[in-house]
Amino acid sequence: MSLLVVCDHDRGSLSEASLEALTFARPLAVAADLELVAVVIGEGAEAAAVDLGAHGAETVYVASHPVLTDFGPEAWGETVVQLVHSTGATVVLACGTDRGNEVVAQVAARLNQPFVANCRSIDPVGDGSGNWTMTRVQWGGSLLEDTTLTADVHLVTVAHHAVEAAAADTPAPGNLYAFSPNLDDTLARTVVTDRVVLTKGITLSTAPVVVGGGRGVGSAEAFAPLEELATELGGVVGCSRAVTNNGWRPHSDQVGQTGTRIAPEIYIASGISGAIQHWVGAMAAKNILAINTDQEANMVTRAGHAVIGDLHQVIPAITEEVRRRRS
Amino acid sequence: MRILVCVKRVPAPGARINVTVDGQTVDATHLGFTTSPHEECAVEEAVQLAETHGGEVTVMTLGPTEAEEQLRYAASVGVHHLVLIPIDEVDWDPQRTAAALAEAIVEVETTHGAFDLILFGNESADAGGFQVGVRVANRLDRPMVNGIKGIEVDSDELTDVSTGVVSARREIDGGFEVYELPMPAVLGVKEGLNLPRYPTMKGRLASKKAVVITDERVADVGGQTRVRLHRPVEQISETVILGTGPEAAPAVVDLLEELGVLP
Repeated sequence: MSLLVVCDHDRGSLSEASLEALTFARPLAVAADLELVAVVIGEGAEAAAVDLGAHGAETVYVASHPVLTDFGPEAWGETVVQLVHSTGATVVLACGTDRGNEVVAQVAARLNQPFVANCRSIDPVGDGSGNWTMTRVQWGGSLLEDTTLTADVHLVTVAHHAVEAAAADTPAPGNLYAFSPNLDDTLARTVVTDRVVLTKGITLSTAPVVVGGGRGVGSAEAFAPLEELATELGGVVGCSRAVTNNGWRPHSDQVGQTGTRIAPEIYIASGISGAIQHWVGAMAAKNILAINTDQEANMVTRAGHAVIGDLHQVIPAITEEVRRRRS
Repeated sequence: MRILVCVKRVPAPGARINVTVDGQTVDATHLGFTTSPHEECAVEEAVQLAETHGGEVTVMTLGPTEAEEQLRYAASVGVHHLVLIPIDEVDWDPQRTAAALAEAIVEVETTHGAFDLILFGNESADAGGFQVGVRVANRLDRPMVNGIKGIEVDSDELTDVSTGVVSARREIDGGFEVYELPMPAVLGVKEGLNLPRYPTMKGRLASKKAVVITDERVADVGGQTRVRLHRPVEQISETVILGTGPEAAPAVVDLLEELGVLP
């Protein structure tokens, strides 16, 4: 019996999240006494498969079919379902990214099985009566939920960033096998038909430095000094939900539960009180510097470092100091 | 165009979320309730589509009877029909929720005609199960894509819905993917799709008289069972205050240097 990890890739380039899923799955497979296998789907999948043995996959299925030209939630879900049937996998696990959660939800709907999204830890021994127990995240990570799972096929995702991706101590063979699912042409109805690139280079989710602004910034124009500091540090500007709701910045700049999750080396959060909605998007930052007039603000008390003061004075002073040291 | 939006009533927390003593739900004693943010945008999008292409919008929710508040709010921003599936429990698990919604949708469609488009939120703000919309779409045998932040309907093709196409954009890092779904279709949307309007006074008044159809449903319990909710153990770290006002700038830049982020 096996535990099947669904690995995501972008036209041949494996996602870091998939390695997190494998890292999380290794001890689980041992505890549940299951063989660890992986699947990569669609064009470019073979290129994405090469690292999987090093991360613990005994066997890697490379699924291809004319419908699988690019990502498609229904076609990917159906492919995984057919692989479950043909290999007898009893667990399907993916990383809880947009795609990971969506594909496993498709698998769950097709198999009519429960699906527990965004787990932080899983105990396959569970309550001793055959049910698994797990802890999953709610409210984007502000609350945890202990859950039992009663299922024929256990469908789970692991919360993104819950573990750090690491290669296995002992590499597994990672032998590649071709898998040809039998897919109906109608499944092409939800396959990506086109891609549009808006920004090249660093983005909010990949930037090493994010300079964030909240309600305290005051207006769209007042973000200019934040832009300047971000440019100076090779970073980007982010904002809170209050800012997007006021129309000061586009939603694509929003950090938070319903915006982008960031994980920069440092997040400079200025004029942000730190409501739950925002905090869960920022908490994966390695360091947080809060700039706020209110020493009691949630963002200040949770940050590693803080400056108490008006961001409109502090931010330009930092920019000036950076420039002074560089010259 | 006939559009359905499925929404969920959720607490509106501020800086901290507390749990009830029995660990079954969020302690909402001092909290208001709202429509889950992604779904608030779904309602706005549906109203805009109906304004552009003509047609009617229905909003459906499965929740406590108090969720009537969220339905009436939807009416105040332009939704035409309201359906409440009342439940007594704190929350239904995702399989049970999807089964009840799908049956209720089939019944509405049998009486009033098929929905061209059904919108869900990408995930609920509270439970975050990431699956109810996908399960409903599967039960109705309709195409479904989640994570949508842009919707376009080709109005020329609306004369015959069976050949109509909805174009949907999904944000990826630095750009977006495009999907072309044949209608009837289901989409899970995300906040940022639009900026929801505020209700007008006229809308508010009208919403008080709007008819809420109550549709009692039973459905089998699924395989995911809540044991308890709890708050994560917070790593309490002393905040190092680098200084006050602009005079703190050198200390900030020292920190940036130490972290190796000065280019």
